[in-house]
Amino acid sequence: MSTRLATGGRLLNRDRALRFTFNGKQMKGFEGDTLASALLAEDQMLMGRSFKYHRPRGIVASGAEEPNGLVNLGKGGAFEPNARVTTTELFEGLTAESQNHWPSLDYDIGVVNNYAARFLPAGFYYKTFMAPRPAWKHVFEPFIRKSAGLGKAPKDRDADTYEHFYAFTDLLIIGGGIAGLQAAKAAGEAGVKVLLLEQTSHLGGRAPVDGVEIDGALAEDWIAATQAALREMDNVTIRTRCMGAGIYDHGYVLGYERLADHAPRNDGPRHRLWRIRAKQIITATGAIERPLSFAGNDIPGVLLASAVRDYVVNYATSPGDRTVVVTNNDDAYRTAITLKEAGLDVPAIIDARPEGGGALATRAAELGIRIENGKGIAKVKGGKRVEGVALCAQAGEGAVLEEIACDAVAMSGGWSPVVHLWSHCGGKLIWDEANAHFRPDAEKAPTSHDGLPFVSVIGIANGEIDTASCLEDADSTAKSLAKALGGKPRRSSTPQAGGSDEVPMLAVWKMPQGASRKLRAKMWLDFQNDVKVSDVMLAAQEGFESVEHTKRYTTLGMATDQGKLSNINGLAVLSDALNQPIPQTGTTTFRPPYQPISMGAIAGEARADLFQPIRKTPMHDWHDAHGAYWEPVGHWRRPYCFQKPGESVEDAVAREVKATRDSLGLLDASTLGKILVKGRDAGKFLDMLYTNMMSTLKPGKCRYGLMCTENGFLTDDGVVARLDEDTWLCHTTTGGADRIHGHMEEWLQTEWWDWQVYTANVTEQYAQIGVVGPNARKVLEKLGGMDLSKEALGFMEWADGKIGEFDARVFRISFSGELSYEIAVPAAQGLAFWEALIEAGEEFGVTPYGTEALHIMRAEKGFIMIGDETDGTVIPQDLGLHWAISKKKEDYLGKRAQERSHMTDPNRWKLVGLETLDGSVLPDGAYAVSNDLSRGQNSAEYANGAEAPINENDQIVMIGRVTSTYHSPTLGKGIAMGLVEHGPDRMGEELDFPKTDGSVVKARIVNPVFYDPKGEKQNV
Amino acid sequence: MSNAVSALQAKTYAGFAEIEEAGLRGMITLRGDLSSTKVKNAATGAASVDFPGMGECNCVDEKGVAWMSPDELLVMTPYADAQPAAEKIAKTLAKTHALVANVSDARAVFFIRGPNAREVIAKLAPVDLSPDRFKPGQFRRTRLAQVPAAFWMRDAETFELICFRSVAGYVFDLLCNAAQPGSEVGAF
Repeated sequence: MSTRLATGGRLLNRDRALRFTFNGKQMKGFEGDTLASALLAEDQMLMGRSFKYHRPRGIVASGAEEPNGLVNLGKGGAFEPNARVTTTELFEGLTAESQNHWPSLDYDIGVVNNYAARFLPAGFYYKTFMAPRPAWKHVFEPFIRKSAGLGKAPKDRDADTYEHFYAFTDLLIIGGGIAGLQAAKAAGEAGVKVLLLEQTSHLGGRAPVDGVEIDGALAEDWIAATQAALREMDNVTIRTRCMGAGIYDHGYVLGYERLADHAPRNDGPRHRLWRIRAKQIITATGAIERPLSFAGNDIPGVLLASAVRDYVVNYATSPGDRTVVVTNNDDAYRTAITLKEAGLDVPAIIDARPEGGGALATRAAELGIRIENGKGIAKVKGGKRVEGVALCAQAGEGAVLEEIACDAVAMSGGWSPVVHLWSHCGGKLIWDEANAHFRPDAEKAPTSHDGLPFVSVIGIANGEIDTASCLEDADSTAKSLAKALGGKPRRSSTPQAGGSDEVPMLAVWKMPQGASRKLRAKMWLDFQNDVKVSDVMLAAQEGFESVEHTKRYTTLGMATDQGKLSNINGLAVLSDALNQPIPQTGTTTFRPPYQPISMGAIAGEARADLFQPIRKTPMHDWHDAHGAYWEPVGHWRRPYCFQKPGESVEDAVAREVKATRDSLGLLDASTLGKILVKGRDAGKFLDMLYTNMMSTLKPGKCRYGLMCTENGFLTDDGVVARLDEDTWLCHTTTGGADRIHGHMEEWLQTEWWDWQVYTANVTEQYAQIGVVGPNARKVLEKLGGMDLSKEALGFMEWADGKIGEFDARVFRISFSGELSYEIAVPAAQGLAFWEALIEAGEEFGVTPYGTEALHIMRAEKGFIMIGDETDGTVIPQDLGLHWAISKKKEDYLGKRAQERSHMTDPNRWKLVGLETLDGSVLPDGAYAVSNDLSRGQNSAEYANGAEAPINENDQIVMIGRVTSTYHSPTLGKGIAMGLVEHGPDRMGEELDFPKTDGSVVKARIVNPVFYDPKGEKQNV
Repeated sequence: MSNAVSALQAKTYAGFAEIEEAGLRGMITLRGDLSSTKVKNAATGAASVDFPGMGECNCVDEKGVAWMSPDELLVMTPYADAQPAAEKIAKTLAKTHALVANVSDARAVFFIRGPNAREVIAKLAPVDLSPDRFKPGQFRRTRLAQVPAAFWMRDAETFELICFRSVAGYVFDLLCNAAQPGSEVGAF
C-alpha cells in the first residue's frame, strides 16, 4: 500500500494538517502536499478510469505530464473538470471526485469495454463510419457517447474572476530549475531586465530530489542562496505558479499565473494571463521521464521512477512498501537508493542493459539490492493494484523466468527534454542517438522579424543531462544574451557540480524486445486515451505512415496531456513498424499552450457586464427608464420601441408610428455617423466618394448622397451638409461611422495624399434628435429661439442657432415623410434637450419612437435602408436611384465598375414595392418563383401543386426576393420592398412567394412609395 | 451651461487605486502641418503650454497640448473655454490648411490615482508601464481592453485617461474591475 512516511518531506509543513474529501470520503494531508501526494498518503492509488476501456488507473507521474490523475474539482461556481492531481496544491476543504466511471470508481460497468478491447482497435471510431448507416445512429453513437469522456461540463456560472496583465522585459526565462536560476543570476548581474516564470510553487526543480551538489553544497542550499541573491536585484522579477504557456511571433509569450488555485479566497482573481513581450527568451523547461512499454504498465502502482523519488523526498509518501525498479538507464538507480535509504524494500532492479549500470549501480548493489541485468518485465500482475511482476529476458519473447511480488513498479525509459516551447514558434529538433531523445537544434532556432533567433534553450531542456554541463550551458547562454541586450556580464565563474559517472542508456521501445501480439496489446503508450503498442503497429500496417496521420487515427497524444509521456515512445514504435529511423518519422507538431489553461484566463475581464463594450447615447438612461426595448446596432444599443406597461412590442411600434404621423414623434438619432471633411480639395474629394455631386452644394444646404465601393456596390448613404466654403459634414449610417471614416482616410493617405483634405469623426460630439410629425415646428417654436419657419429654413437646409437655451444645429431633413427636423446639440446637453422636448411636447402627445417605427415609416415612403435593400451585391441602379448618380462627373468610386457588362445587364433584379393580395406581411427574405415554364427544361412542384421551371442546378428558378417587409399601421396592411427581375416594367403583376410552411403568398408589384408619393407632408 | 453634464457626472470608486470620472473637459482636435509655426502657436496659445514632442503632452491642470499623430494635436482647455478657443484657433489658421473641431462632448476623462495606478492600466492596455519606460510627459494612444483610449501621467501617481463618451460606463467599470482590492500584481 502507499503510505505517509514518519519523517522527511522536503516540501511539507507537518505542523499544518489540511482536510479534504475524495469521492465524499474525508481525508487528511499537510500543507505543501499536492492532491496527488495527499491521496497516495491515504493509500488512494486508484484515481479514475481510462477513456476507452475504463481500465483502473492510478498516478504515473508527479508533475504536469500526469495522464491519469484527473478529477472533478470543487462544486457549483468553483467546479472544474479534468483538474490534474499532480499540479493541484492541497488546500483546506478541497473536494475532488474521480471521473469517467459508473456507478462507482471501484465497480465500473464500462470496464466491459476492456474485455471487448479487441473489437475496439485503433481507428475504431472512424471504422464505425464505414458500417451500415443505421448502425452509427443506433449502435455506435450512443455507445461511444456513453463510454467515452473524462470530466463533467460545469453547469454553473464561474464564480471566480480572471484578468490579463501586459508585461515587457529584456529577457524572459521560462523555468525556475537550477538552469533557469543560474541564467537569471548571470543576466541579472549583467543589468538587463529579467522576468523568470516557474510553473510550480517552488524554485529549483528536481535537483534537490536527485541529490545534486553545486559548488560543494547541497543543491537545496545553492538554490536558497541564488534565490536570495536574485531577490536583491531590482531588475529581476520572479513569478512562481506561473507557467510559460506559449511562445508566439516576435517575442510574444503567454504566462498563466494561478493565483488562488492553491488557496481559494474571496477577493482577487483566480488566474492571471500574462501577455509578455520579451526581447529574448530562454526556455529552461527541464525534461520528462519516459515510461517503458511492458505488458500491464498501466496498472495502478506502476509509476515513473522519478515520480516515486519525488513522492518520497518531497512529500514523504511511498507509493508502495516493495517497489521493483525497471530501467534502461542509470538514473532510475537513484530511486532504488532513495527508497532503500527511506527504509523501504526494493526487491529488484531490472535493468534492460546486458552490461548493467555504472557507479550508481555499484552503490545500489552495496545497499544489498538485487540487480538483474539484461532482463525485462514480461508483465505486471494485478488488476486495480500491482501485485507483482514477471521477469523475462529483454532479448527474448517474454518467457517468464520468475515472478517477483511487489506493490509498486518504478519505471524509467530515459528522459525527453521539454522542447514544446522551443518548438511553438518554429524551433527545430535533432535526434540525439546516445540519449534516445529529440533535443533543440541550436542552428535552427525560432527567428524574429530580423531573421535572428529570439529563443534559446538551456539545461536539460537542451539535452544537457549532466548537472555540470547544464549549469555551464545556462551561464554562458545567459551571459551572451545579456551582452547582446546591452548588459555587462560579470566575469564570474560557472558554479561547479560533480559529474556523475554514468553508463549510457539503452533505447528500449518494447519490453521484451520480441514481445508477442498478446503482450503488445497490453503495453500502453498513451494512458489517457488508451493507445497501445499494438494500436500504433496496426495503424502502420493499415498504411498510416505519417506520424501526424497516425496520431489522429490512433488518438495517440491527443488527450489533455497532449502526449507528454507517449509521443516519443509512440513514434519509436511507429518507426520500428515502418522500418525507418526515428528522425525520418519525426514528431508531431507542438502547439501552445504547454498545458491546458483556463477559458477564464483567456477571457480575462471580458465577461458578464464587461463582455463587450456597450455604446450609450447621452439619452440612454432616459430610454432605459421609459420602457426601451433594446436592439443592438453595432456596439450601440438603440430602443427598438418604447413599451408602455402591459403593451406588446407590436402594439408599441404601431402606436409610435401613428402618433408620429398624426402629431409628434421624437427619435434619438445620435448614433448616426458624423464626419467633418475640410480643405481646399474637400469638394473634389467628396465628388469622388459619393455618386452624386457634392462640390456644387451651397453652404446652408443638405443633399442625400450614396457611397459605393470600388466594385460599384452601394456601401453607405446619408445626408451631407455644406458648412462653409471648404467644410462639409457627412452623415453616415450608424454602423458605417467608423468604417466610412476609415475608408476616407485610406483614400486620402494612400491614393490622394497630395489633396488638401482633413477629416475628423465627430459622431460622439453631438446628441442628435429627430423631431418629427405635423406638430414638429410647433413644439420647437414653443421652446423659442431661432426662426424655423418654412421661409427661414426650407426643406433640405440647415442652420445654426439657439433653441431655447440650447446650442443647436438644425437640419430640415426627413426620413419619415413628415415635417421633420434633425437637431444636433453638444452631447453634454443632449439629455436636457431631450427632456425639454418631452416637456414642451406634452400638449401634442409627444411620443418617443424607436428603430422599428423609423424603419416602417421609411419603408412606407419607399426609402432604402443600407443592409436591407443592399447586401454587398446591389448597385444604386438596381434601386432606381439614378437620380442620385451624377452624369456630369468624370469619375467617382464605383463608376467604372458600374459600367461592366454584368452591372448593366437588363436582367438585374430591380427595386419595386410589393403588396400582398390578402394584406398579410410577406416573410423577410422570401423568394419569388417564376411561373414561366418555358424558362427551364423540367418543372417542379413547389407548393399546393403549382409548377415552376428548374434551372441547370435543379433549383426552382427564382425571379426576386423580399428585402424589407412590415405591417404598415398607417395603411393597415402588409407592405414590402423587394428586388425583382424586370420589376419596374412589371407593375401590377402578381408574384408567387412560397413560404417555409409550404403555402404560397401572392403579392402584386407596385410603386415602392406607399405613402404621400408627392412628398407634400414633409414640405410644409 | 447648466444643461451640460459629463457622461458619468464625477462617479468615483476606491479600490487599490482610486478611479474618478473627471467631469467635462474642453478638447479641440487640431489637424494640420505640425512643423508649421502658425499651427504650433495656435495650439500653444490656446493652452498656454509648450509644444509637445512626438508621443508627448504638456499639461497644466485643465490646459494642455497632446501629440496625437504626425498631423493631429489635442488641445485641452477648461470646458467653457473650448468653443471660443476653437473659434480663435480656426480664425488664426483661416488661411492655413487645417481642421479645427470642438470635440469636448465626444469624450470622457478619468483620473486613476495611487501608488499602484500603473498596474490598473497595465491590466488593460498593451503598453510598457514600467516606471523607467512610462513617465509624466508621455502621451499614449492605445486601447483599453476593447475600446480606444489615450492616457498620460499628471504626476508619478496620477494617470489621466480619455475615451469616447459613449463607452464611459464601460471604461469606468473596466478600471474599477482592474483596481479590485486583492488583485494587486506587485510587478512595478
